[in-house]
Amino acid sequence: MALIEIKNLKKDYVNDEVVTSVLHGVTFNIEAGEFVAIMGPSGSGKSTLMHILGFLDRATSGVFKFKNRDVTNLDDNQLAQIRNEEVGFVFQAFNLLPKTSIYDNVKLPLIYSTKKNQDKLVKDAIKAVDLMHRINNFSNQLSGGEKQRVAIARALVTEPSIIFADEPTGNLDSKSGQVVMEILEKLNDDGHTVILVTHEHDTAQHARRIIKLRDGLIVSDEKVKSRRSAKEGELQK
Amino acid sequence: MRANKLRSFLTSLGIIIGIASVIVIISVGAGAQSLIVNQINSIGSNLIGILPGASDSNGPPASALGIIVTTLKYKDAVDISQQVAHVTAVTSYNTGMGSISYQNTKSDAKYYGVMDQYLVVEDTSLIAGRFFSAEEEKGNNRVAILGYRAWQDLFGGDDAIGKKIKIKKEFFEVIGVIKERGTSGFQNQDNIVLIPISTAQNIMLGVNYVNFIRVKVDNADHLDEAVSDINSLLRDNHNIRESQPSDFSVRNVKDAIDILLNITNALKFFLAAIAAISLVVGGVGVMNIMLAAVNERIREIGLRRAVGARRSSIMLQFILETVTITVVGGLIGIFFGASVSAIVAVVARFLGYQWDLVVSWQSIILGTSVAALVGLVFGIYPAQRAAKLDPIEALRYE
Repeated sequence: MALIEIKNLKKDYVNDEVVTSVLHGVTFNIEAGEFVAIMGPSGSGKSTLMHILGFLDRATSGVFKFKNRDVTNLDDNQLAQIRNEEVGFVFQAFNLLPKTSIYDNVKLPLIYSTKKNQDKLVKDAIKAVDLMHRINNFSNQLSGGEKQRVAIARALVTEPSIIFADEPTGNLDSKSGQVVMEILEKLNDDGHTVILVTHEHDTAQHARRIIKLRDGLIVSDEKVKSRRSAKEGELQK
Repeated sequence: MRANKLRSFLTSLGIIIGIASVIVIISVGAGAQSLIVNQINSIGSNLIGILPGASDSNGPPASALGIIVTTLKYKDAVDISQQVAHVTAVTSYNTGMGSISYQNTKSDAKYYGVMDQYLVVEDTSLIAGRFFSAEEEKGNNRVAILGYRAWQDLFGGDDAIGKKIKIKKEFFEVIGVIKERGTSGFQNQDNIVLIPISTAQNIMLGVNYVNFIRVKVDNADHLDEAVSDINSLLRDNHNIRESQPSDFSVRNVKDAIDILLNITNALKFFLAAIAAISLVVGGVGVMNIMLAAVNERIREIGLRRAVGARRSSIMLQFILETVTITVVGGLIGIFFGASVSAIVAVVARFLGYQWDLVVSWQSIILGTSVAALVGLVFGIYPAQRAAKLDPIEALRYE
C-alpha cells in the first residue's frame, strides 16, 4: 500500500469567469519512507500539486488516496484535521510566530491537536534539530538557519507521516542551507517521508527521486543517479 | 496580543472611559438620591403632607406644578388635629409673596400663614422671642416670626423683637426668630416670615382656602392608619360620595421619597444610557483595531491554518482576544469609576452633606458583563474575516 496514490489529478482555478487550468492530469505513487523532490519552473504547477498533496487545497478532478483512504473530496474541517495529524510544513520564509519563544513556536501545531505528553513531543522535536541550547530564546534572536531548524522541529512535533519542504533553503546562505538539507536527509534516514519542492537542481539532488513537472504535466520521474550528500559534498551511489 | 500590550491598552481606552462613566453616573446619582432621602428623613419620617387637587399615586399633584386648587380649608386642619388619632400636631400653610421690608432694608423672603403648632410640625425651635398663640392664630393679629435668613437680611443680626416690619402695605410686630435650618428639598427654609393664618387669609390674601397642610404623627407605625383616617375625614368634610375621586392628595414622607426616587431614577438611567453610547463608540474602536490586527497577522493566520487550525479555532481565538481586551478595560474602568465615586463621596461629606457611597456588586457584575458583551459583538466581524482567509493565499501575503 502506497502512502500517497494520485491518478489523473487535475486542478482548475476559477477567477470571476476566467478558468485557468494548472494541473492537466498528474499520476504517481509515493511510498512511505521516500525522499522525493518535485521540480519545475514557475507556472509548472508544482506549488499547486504540493498544496493538494499537503491537504491545503482540493483537486478539481482525479483521485487522491492517502494510506488507502480516498481523500479527494474532504471538507475543510477534515482537511484541517489531516493537516494537523499527518503533515508537517517547512516554508521558504520560515513563518515563525514573531516575538514568541522557540518552545511556543514548536508547540503551535499541538494546540490544535488532542495528543498527550505535549511537553515531551516539543522537547524531542527540538532535540532532533539540535537546538535545545536555545530553547528559551525568542524567534527574533535567531539566525536564518536556526529559524528554519525551528520550523523543521515544528513540522515534526505532531509526529506526521509526511514532511513537506517548499524551497527550504531559498532564504538561506549556502552553509545554513547545507545544514538544513542535512537535517532533512537524516530525518529521511530515520524513516520520515520527505517531499521537497524546488526549482533548483542542486537542492533537488539531495533527494532520492525527482519528479519533474512542466505546464501541469509530469515530464519525468526518475531515481537520483548520484545523490549529493550534504556531508562534505560527497557523492553517494 | 501579549506582544503588543501598549496597543491593546490604548484600544481598550474607549471601553475604560465608557464603563467608568456609567459607574460614576450611577454611583453619584445614587449618592445624590441618598442625600435627598436623608434630608427628607431628617425632616421627620412621621410627617404627612396634604395637598389640594387629585393626583395618581406616583406623580406630583397639580398644586406642586403651580396650579392653584382651592379645595383645602382651615377647618380641615382643625378637624384633623382634633379628631384623628395619633396626630401630635397639625398646621396649614398659605403661601404669600410680596415686598417685605424693615425701614429701608428689603428682604426677598416669602411669607406663610400658619397655625400655632408650626414649630412642632416642622421640628424646629426659636432662638429669640415666642411663637404666636392659638388666639393670635385666629384673631387676625399682625404679628410675625422671622426665619433666620430673613432676620439676617432685615436686621443684620441685631435684636428684632418688638420692631415693626412691613409686609406689602401692612405692618407686623416681630415676636420671634427661628434658628437656622439650612436648605432642604430645594427650598431655603430660612428665607421665610411666618404670620397667623387668619391674618394671611383675611387681611393679606383675601382667600378662604389653604395651600397645603402638614400633619405630624406620633410614630411611623401609625402613619398608614393616620393617612386612612385623614382620607375619610376629608372626604366627609368635602362631601365626596363613595364613587367620586378625592379632591385632595394625602402623602406621607415615604411616598414623597418614592416619587423623588422615581423621577431621579429615570434621570439617572437616562444619563447612564448616554454614557453607554460611549461604550458603543469604544466597541467600534476595538473592532477597528482588531481588523487592523487581523490584517497584520494574515501570515500568522495562514500558518495556523496550515498546521491544522480549523476556521472555528481561528474565529474563537480572535473573539477571545477581543473579549479579553474589553473585559480588562472594563475592570480598569470599574476601578476608576469606583475611585471617582469614592472621591466625590468624601468631598461631599467633607462639605457637610449626608452622602452615601453606593458602588454595588450588581454594578460591578453589570459593568463586567457589558464589557464582555461589547467585546463579543464587536469582535465577531474581525474574527470572521480572520477565519475566512484562505491558508494558501494567507501564507503568500506580503
